[in-house]
Amino acid sequence: MALTTHEVARLAALARIALSPDELAMLAPQLDVILDAVAQVTEVAGDDVPPMSHALALTNVFRADEVRPSLTAQAVLAGAPSVEDDRFRVPRILGDEQ
Amino acid sequence: MSELLHASAVELGQLIASGAASSREVVQAHLDRIDAVDADVRAFLHVDAERALVAADAVDSKRAAGDPLGPLAGVPIAIKDLFCMTGAPTTAGSRILEGWHPPYNATVTQRVLDADLVVLGKTNLDEFAMGSSTENSGFFTTHNPWDHDRIPGGSGGGSAAALAAFETPLALGTDTGGSIRQPASVTGTVGVKPTYGGTSRYGVVAMASSLDQPGPCARTVLDSALLHAVIAGWDRMDSTSIDAPVPDVVAAARQADVRGMKLGVVKEFGGEGYAPGVEQRFREAVDALAERGAEIVEVSCPNFRYALGAYYLIMPSEVSSNLARFDAMRYGLRLGDDGTASAEEVMARTRDAGFGAEVKRRIIIGTYALSSGYYDAYYGSAQKARTLIARDFDAAFATVDALVSPSTPTTAFRIGERTDDPLAMYAADLCTIPSNMAGNAAGSFPCGLAPEDGLPVGLQVMAPVLADDRVYRVGAALEAALSERWGGLLTDQLWAREPAVQNGGVR
Repeated sequence: MALTTHEVARLAALARIALSPDELAMLAPQLDVILDAVAQVTEVAGDDVPPMSHALALTNVFRADEVRPSLTAQAVLAGAPSVEDDRFRVPRILGDEQ
Repeated sequence: MSELLHASAVELGQLIASGAASSREVVQAHLDRIDAVDADVRAFLHVDAERALVAADAVDSKRAAGDPLGPLAGVPIAIKDLFCMTGAPTTAGSRILEGWHPPYNATVTQRVLDADLVVLGKTNLDEFAMGSSTENSGFFTTHNPWDHDRIPGGSGGGSAAALAAFETPLALGTDTGGSIRQPASVTGTVGVKPTYGGTSRYGVVAMASSLDQPGPCARTVLDSALLHAVIAGWDRMDSTSIDAPVPDVVAAARQADVRGMKLGVVKEFGGEGYAPGVEQRFREAVDALAERGAEIVEVSCPNFRYALGAYYLIMPSEVSSNLARFDAMRYGLRLGDDGTASAEEVMARTRDAGFGAEVKRRIIIGTYALSSGYYDAYYGSAQKARTLIARDFDAAFATVDALVSPSTPTTAFRIGERTDDPLAMYAADLCTIPSNMAGNAAGSFPCGLAPEDGLPVGLQVMAPVLADDRVYRVGAALEAALSERWGGLLTDQLWAREPAVQNGGVR
């Protein structure tokens, strides 16, 4: 299952990482080797084996919906890269096509 | 001052409680040590001497006022820079978080502070805990105190190196595939991964949430147990935290008794790829446990050979999801926000510049493994392999009390030796990954120096879920047996190389 530079570029776009052409050229063969090495796992288990998503069986936990102390807006915004009017300032979110 | 550096955390706690030494003296000695050696070891990303001395003075005042002190009150500790702590930067070893100050404490951090331990600083790690050598740190590589040309293990290489360099008697780590145990093994120190859910993940920067687990690092088994007792236990802020009593790990470490215990040597963890000195010291350690009264049998866990492959599908899948939070919007780095670029363009530029190569590799593998058309073949199959690994543990623990193996197949490799070969790097976690997959408790304990290179070898103990105490029983029995043989701890052999010790004959 050769992973092409083109496919890695598509995956990087899905993951929101703007890889440079050099990075793409370096990563594609590395990822191919890694995926090849892990591929044996796909043949291990049959349909009768249930998947395990977590180390321990989890049960849902409920709690009363009560107000508890939380961080102040100031504390939350202190680490923000850009702040305006006590809010996170973000770049435009609509693309040219919209 | 050097006797304060060489002492165990238990001894330091006793000195401080009795008034034989003040916490300020103890902390100052460790700060001076960091000043003297950390330019070479590079274990710390951040040291705050002023804060540490203020905290030490607070403990000394408490004692003067006659307030009760815990066993580790006033004792220094180093914290892996993956745990949030207010008033200091938390980087997770990544440029994307450089300069970020978290607005709250991790539960484990808070428990350490509440127990009056004195935080010296934050230790280096592979970026987002992804690596086995600290070479993936976005800042610098930490050096192994046994040989500065060698890696200190990873991801928690900073914490392990700080212990071996006598810069701190205690440290915190996190273990997703071996990041506590493998660094402990290659630095001749002790590290324990508690049962998954035994310690809270709240406020720990997440790598793979179904595998990550905070745990204690120390030079002695009892020190590790005391720190374990401080940080473990249910936390309502972590929905995967176990609401059950913490196993009495301190009593188990004091007991140090394997009589009547049945230990299984994992057949699959040996042979090709294992260094001769690792296998030799491991066998000798198993013999020492047998002499102390343990019954030794061989156990086969045939599905463990799929653990590495399954791990490198499950972990990157969770990584790709967890690291989506680094979006340049709410905290951390933001690049390219020139007033015209869109949020997505800013996000993609920032993530390319802020993440290192290994982080990108894992995010992209995870994105692939979870993508439509591949999910069942990759992520789904890996989850099934995980079931088979857990079943191997269940079958083994039906016949033995604990399993033992080498902690990692080789001693510390040379810095740079595996950086261009991700698969060789991943192999360092071959023996440790199964316990993350199944969630059981496991720890690494020093078992000697490999004859071929004079570097530390670790023995891993794996015990069932919520039987963390067995890890300590076996570890402490091994420590007792080998200390008797060596006339001290393994790290004492490193201490003996100190110029001050050679000239002045400390202890």
